[in-house]
Amino acid sequence: MSEVQGPVHVEAEVVATKRIGGYRHLTLTAPGVPERFRAGNFVAVTVEGHVARRALWVHRVRASSSYGPTLDVVVEDRGAGSGTAWLAAQPVGTRLALTGPLGRPFALPKDAVSCLLVGEGYAAAPLFPLAERLRERGCGVSLVVSAPDESRLLAALEARRSARSVTVLTADGSVGLRGTVADHVDDLLRRSDADVVYAAGPHAVLRAAAGAAERAGAWSQVAVETPTPCGTGLCHGCVLPVVGEDGVDRVVRTCADGPVVRGDRVRWEAL
Amino acid sequence: MIPGPVMVAAGCGGTGRELATYCGDDGLDGLDFVTRSITLDARAGGPGPRIEEVPGGLVNAVGLPNPGLEHFLATELPWLVRAGARVIVSIAGATMGEYADLARRLSRAPGVAGLEVNVGAPDEVGVGLFEVREPYHSASVIAAVRREFPADRPVLAKLRPDVSRIVEGARSCHEAGATAVVIGNAVPAAFPDGRSGGLSGPAIAPVALRCVAEVARALPELPTIGCGGVHDLRSANAYLDAGAASVQVGTALLHDPTTVARLRAAFTSSPQED
Ligand SMILES: Cc1cc2nc3c(=O)[nH]c(=O)nc-3n(C[C@H](O)[C@H](O)[C@H](O)COP(=O)(O)OP(=O)(O)OC[C@H]3O[C@@H](n4cnc5c(N)ncnc54)[C@H](O)[C@@H]3O)c2cc1C
Ligand SMILES: Cc1cc2nc3c(=O)[nH]c(=O)nc-3n(C[C@H](O)[C@H](O)[C@H](O)COP(=O)(O)O)c2cc1C
Repeated sequence: MSEVQGPVHVEAEVVATKRIGGYRHLTLTAPGVPERFRAGNFVAVTVEGHVARRALWVHRVRASSSYGPTLDVVVEDRGAGSGTAWLAAQPVGTRLALTGPLGRPFALPKDAVSCLLVGEGYAAAPLFPLAERLRERGCGVSLVVSAPDESRLLAALEARRSARSVTVLTADGSVGLRGTVADHVDDLLRRSDADVVYAAGPHAVLRAAAGAAERAGAWSQVAVETPTPCGTGLCHGCVLPVVGEDGVDRVVRTCADGPVVRGDRVRWEAL
Repeated sequence: MIPGPVMVAAGCGGTGRELATYCGDDGLDGLDFVTRSITLDARAGGPGPRIEEVPGGLVNAVGLPNPGLEHFLATELPWLVRAGARVIVSIAGATMGEYADLARRLSRAPGVAGLEVNVGAPDEVGVGLFEVREPYHSASVIAAVRREFPADRPVLAKLRPDVSRIVEGARSCHEAGATAVVIGNAVPAAFPDGRSGGLSGPAIAPVALRCVAEVARALPELPTIGCGGVHDLRSANAYLDAGAASVQVGTALLHDPTTVARLRAAFTSSPQED
């Protein structure tokens, strides 16, 4: 069988919805999408009454369930924008136009090196399938899950299977270490002795992780979010300022040329 | 000679590769694909956020990001030609000389089916472009392009859907040698924070439709191509019923990348009917 490739545009259906802390976890069927998924990909969904689409990280895929293959996404349950609030409120049975998997996924190391994975809030979602893939390759995984407070901490419990260590950080100290990724990342990197750093979260988290990697002589890959109107690469509306391989400053599309890029390539001050 | 009846609007089909994924087994084969506007030198485009949603549409100030003619000819064009697309290259220039230069070099590039001259970009989108506020400006650009481009291939003039000037603008472009006029571009608008941009999507369809109807009445011999808010058979047929020879699909592709493939299939199975 030839490997299935490229995104598809399909009708997805909500088959389960669960509130966990401040987030809503939606389980969707989306024919062909779980099969094509790689960690770091995202999906674009249509939200009723909106022209622009909403990009969502894929938190988990199941190759089989009583509904067939499924994928999970995580959205803010309250206090989010109009589109994600609508999504969070959808009951089981809702059908959505969904396109995916989209974007460049995380690149995996060829050798069984040790890796530090740093994520914050809902955006830590893609690190969970990444941790599984890395473990399958024999890589040692140290996972850092961070959040402003406990309600926005993605459950690290299930990750204990794929990670040799899990560190929890909250800004308010409600669980785990108190402080931000920027406060702790150099220390965590030193202790994990990682050769590769993967980061997903707000720009400050990505920048701190990429900076720590550079100081320690490690590689880094960051999953960047910027406002993404179509998600498919068609509109050139999402802006990711980078330095090209040739040293020339460029602006590339977050959705099509990212969202995962090398941390040392991002021009953070222009983001 | 007039492409259609369904074309991809400039700047809304990516480089073509991204769109092909959503066009079924045939990909872009036989599809009339208008490229994003190409300039002589590369343009990085505007700062973010470049696009915001408003009810019924999008406001954009993308700023015509493109890799410049040289790079386009070396990479994007050959790919589109291999994919079987009928490639209509949208061009934008800072001076008349640049338009002429673009037309001359594109006339020699294999596989260019026609040109679309972007003479109606909303001000902010077209920063640094030749000023085409007056119909005689657009006409002189069209004439310069027509002189450099083979007469047997179409030159389309893409105009702003401004009903107070559209007939005059269309007539001048026609007299200057345009094969057809595309009506229209994004409508000059503002972002919620006051920055200038262009409004596109279903919200502008009635505006562009009125312009198409006026031109069809005043200049029945000039083919028109309707552009603005086309997203289904009904919105496409509204333009065709008003006298347009063809329609272009832009914003709808950003909402649903399969729109063009579905419309093409609909027209093949039931030509120009509801
Ligand atoms: C690659 C990627 C993955 C994402 N994954 C998730 C996820 O897993 N869970 C989640 O809850 N959110 C995620 N987001 C953000 C999400 O796509 C929403 O677009 C964003 O939260 C704003 O939409 P809204 O409906 O909440 O707000 P609204 O105020 O209704 O949105 C207004 C407009 O701004 C755009 N916009 C504003 N901020 C952003 C942003 N940070 N990213 C993208 N578009 C923005 C929206 O597309 C929309 O057009 C992701 C974004 C990207 C780019
Ligand atoms: C994101 C975006 C990029 C565009 N880029 C171009 C462009 O490069 N050249 C051009 O002539 N028009 C450009 N346009 C205008 C469209 O081609 C089209 O004329 C306009 O959006 C109205 O049609 P629509 O409502 O179907 O989008 C762009 C529009 C959008 C939304």
